[in-house]
Amino acid sequence: MSINSEQVANTAKLAKLKINADEASEVAERITAILDLVDQMQAVNTEHVEPMANALDAVQRLRIDQANPSEDPQARRAAFQTIAPATDQGLYLVPKVID
Amino acid sequence: MKPLHELTVAQIQQQLIEKKFSSREITQHYLNRIDTLNGDYNCYITVDASGALAAAEQADQAIAAGSNAPLLGVPIAHKDIFCTKGLTTTCGSKMLANFVSPYDATVVSKMKTAGAVMLGKTNMDEFAMGSSNETSFFGPVKNPWNLETVPGGSSGGSAAAVAAQLAPAATGTDTGGSIRQPAALCGITGIKPTYGRVSRYGMIAFASSLDQAGPMTKTAEDAAILLNSMSGLDHKDSTSLDTAVPDFTATLDESLAGLKIGIPKEYFDQRLDTAMADAVQASLAELEKLGAKLVDIELPNSALSVPAYYVIAPAEASSNLSRFDGVRYGYRCKDPEDLEDLYTRTRSEGFGDEVKRRILVGTYALSAGYYDAYYRKAQQIRRLIKDDFVRAFEQVDIIAGPTAPSTAFKFGAKTADPVAMYLEDIYTIAVNLAGLPAMSLPAGQLDNMPIGMQLVGNYFAEQKLLNVAHQFQLATKWHTSTPTSLKG
Repeated sequence: MSINSEQVANTAKLAKLKINADEASEVAERITAILDLVDQMQAVNTEHVEPMANALDAVQRLRIDQANPSEDPQARRAAFQTIAPATDQGLYLVPKVID
Repeated sequence: MKPLHELTVAQIQQQLIEKKFSSREITQHYLNRIDTLNGDYNCYITVDASGALAAAEQADQAIAAGSNAPLLGVPIAHKDIFCTKGLTTTCGSKMLANFVSPYDATVVSKMKTAGAVMLGKTNMDEFAMGSSNETSFFGPVKNPWNLETVPGGSSGGSAAAVAAQLAPAATGTDTGGSIRQPAALCGITGIKPTYGRVSRYGMIAFASSLDQAGPMTKTAEDAAILLNSMSGLDHKDSTSLDTAVPDFTATLDESLAGLKIGIPKEYFDQRLDTAMADAVQASLAELEKLGAKLVDIELPNSALSVPAYYVIAPAEASSNLSRFDGVRYGYRCKDPEDLEDLYTRTRSEGFGDEVKRRILVGTYALSAGYYDAYYRKAQQIRRLIKDDFVRAFEQVDIIAGPTAPSTAFKFGAKTADPVAMYLEDIYTIAVNLAGLPAMSLPAGQLDNMPIGMQLVGNYFAEQKLLNVAHQFQLATKWHTSTPTSLKG
């Protein structure tokens, strides 16, 4: 299956990536090569095969949804926000969303 | 006495206890070597000299007090995919070039508890996406065996650090071969455990259903020692296995008499270079001399593993990497016009070409109308691949073959063609899809470049793999061979 520059642009939009117009055809060409590789799968009949997400068919362990009292939430928030690009009074700053 | 950098982890442990040298001495010795030689190889992205020396001092005090923590005072390196509190964790990307994690990965904290001294963080393909280390934002790692060739990837910095004796051992991660292929190309030993054996908490996610951490070492014995400290249930990783962890060193000395080794005909077909095949066959003959019996087997769906992987891994990556948006940590573009511009420019400027390519493939495969044709189909093929292995393990104890189709290749040889690069992992990927344990060990040389042999085990059979590898290493010398560049 081949993918054209327009499909690349649409997919990039979904992925929040920008592909420059001068790169689009090369990106499309390389992704087409990957999709050609992937399309080898289509030759196999998998009609009655159950899809497998985990080899041991394990299910995710759940835990009780409760706060861990050993952690001071203020200190935790401060630790996480020291590495943020922009914060103010404990909030993450982003460009204005609503005028 | 041997120079300190030639010692294995087992020898370092022993000699630290015997007080032949202190942890501070060997740590300083490695820091000096890194200082002098890292520029030649680019193995490390970050070196933590002060942290390492402080940890070594602490280890020396603990040794004096009679502590017997398993890795006490042993210097190691971590792949820069493991979060380390207070020290940069870049994942080989501009996106995380300034990221200092507020917490340690479970692998890091477990090894710290075991007494290991972290020298620094090793270079890698960006977000572990690559088989040559050429996608790192911090520049490629050079293979110590030939500086014009790649070390393999994505754990190329760890593999080259061990091969160049800039660390006695290192951690790696393996999503499609990223421990085993660089181990093969750099002439060292590496094991990818059963999926779920080692916690993924704090290990930056690439493809969550495939990612697994493991040790990269000079010997199988060292791999067993490190794996003992890395493994075990972790409630912070919901896919971590609630299975007892055996002592991986306890069974290293078992005899191989009667061991049945499956040889998949698909791994020795026309795609494998004849000289590579001959070298692997010679190593298999060594295992026969040790009492093993070779059995021809078939893995009929193995050719489908690369196609299925290049749907599943990019699909999971596109989802995992959506978290890098310039809001909470990592790179943020300058002066965004609006929120959309913040997201799009941050991601376009922060990710390299291969990462963007995989995000696009994954996003496309998961987009409306394509799910059944791609993701669901790939997950069905994944079951067929697993079923091949299940049938094989009814006949044999382990499976053996080459780790990679060739020895280390030249820089730039495969960068223009992503598919050629992807086929580098043709023998390793099926193992990740099936969630099985597998390892690579040095098993020959071609034109003075190392060749790796891959051993694949049944679920939870890491002990058996390490036992076979250790017995092989007792009978052969390939693992003791070092790059000629180190001898000058």
